[in-house]
Amino acid sequence: MNIVWLLLIGAAVVTAAFKGNMAAVSNATFSSATTAIELAIGLVGGMTLFLGLMRVAQDAGLVQLLARALRPVFRVLFPDVPRDHPALGAIAMNFGANMLGLGDAATPFGIKAMEDLQALNPEKETASDAMCMFVTLHSSSLQLIPVMVISLRAAAGSKNPSEIIVATISATLGSMAVAIVTSRLFARWWRRRAEGGRA
Amino acid sequence: MRDVFNAASSWIVPLLILGVPLYAYAVKRIRVYESFIEGAKEGFQIGVRIMPYLVAILVAIGMFRASGAMDWLVWMIQPVVAWAGFPAEALPSSLMRSLSGSAAFAMSSEIFKVHGPDSFIGRLVSVIQGSTETTFYIMAVYFGAIAVRKTRYTLAASLITDLSGIVAAYIICRLLF
Repeated sequence: MNIVWLLLIGAAVVTAAFKGNMAAVSNATFSSATTAIELAIGLVGGMTLFLGLMRVAQDAGLVQLLARALRPVFRVLFPDVPRDHPALGAIAMNFGANMLGLGDAATPFGIKAMEDLQALNPEKETASDAMCMFVTLHSSSLQLIPVMVISLRAAAGSKNPSEIIVATISATLGSMAVAIVTSRLFARWWRRRAEGGRA
Repeated sequence: MRDVFNAASSWIVPLLILGVPLYAYAVKRIRVYESFIEGAKEGFQIGVRIMPYLVAILVAIGMFRASGAMDWLVWMIQPVVAWAGFPAEALPSSLMRSLSGSAAFAMSSEIFKVHGPDSFIGRLVSVIQGSTETTFYIMAVYFGAIAVRKTRYTLAASLITDLSGIVAAYIICRLLF
């Protein structure tokens, strides 16, 4: 993360120096910082609503029910998480909301899942294998019906805006498989490197 | 078809917000209002906690976008993807997707306008946008919320996943369209 962060900023400053558009880059710093805070504040409303709803579902045992249904999947993905741990319920809710295209609901559930995983994490400042797997899976977009893309296509006058659904689901499943294999391999490599006696 | 999706997605949330508390109250005899408030308490603190993470990554991405460094990145990668037959027009929006969803969608709209949403490029861009994710944002929010600073291999694995989404989308579009 350190390297990528510096690379983004470094590339920006070097490019701006060549192209002579440093003023635009300078403006972007403050406007992006403001946008970031607006985004965070914007998340709070939905977050509060769905965290509340999630607690009700948890107290009623609904979350646990969902987690139990997905247990075989979770045993493969998150072998380090005990099978009745609340984290799996939150992960199930997050996956469900993502697949249905409810982005606003998915984020609070995902954050709840991260908090529950953090309770299991021995080193609080370092990501656990389960966290890395969970976040990496998001990069495959999880979403089955790409609502945003379909409405963009419709707005552009497509004759059949939803014709890309099957292709999108296939591509998503493919990259999901890559996400699982990649995080698993990285986890193993990381552990071996840690054990490799780099004192 | 699209109307069905839209109708279905507008029903899901209201039904959840009715159904879950109703079941909890009627079947499980839970004090649903108190339970809701208890869970909702954390919402604001989480928003505040993710702020430094979001500012750090969005400022870096904002600077990168404003500088036009993306053009150079595209120029460097273009020969490689051209060799695979991947259309050059679809490259910038695909690379942008991991950094900024709104920017990538704006670029996609532009492509739809020029090539048409039902062209091969239009479909390819659609599938790519639908099967990749705003990785940097997700990482900032999720790890920020629990104050984890060392994310180990997550970024590397996520970017490989994004890349595989683009490759998978290309292969599938070649087969289907």
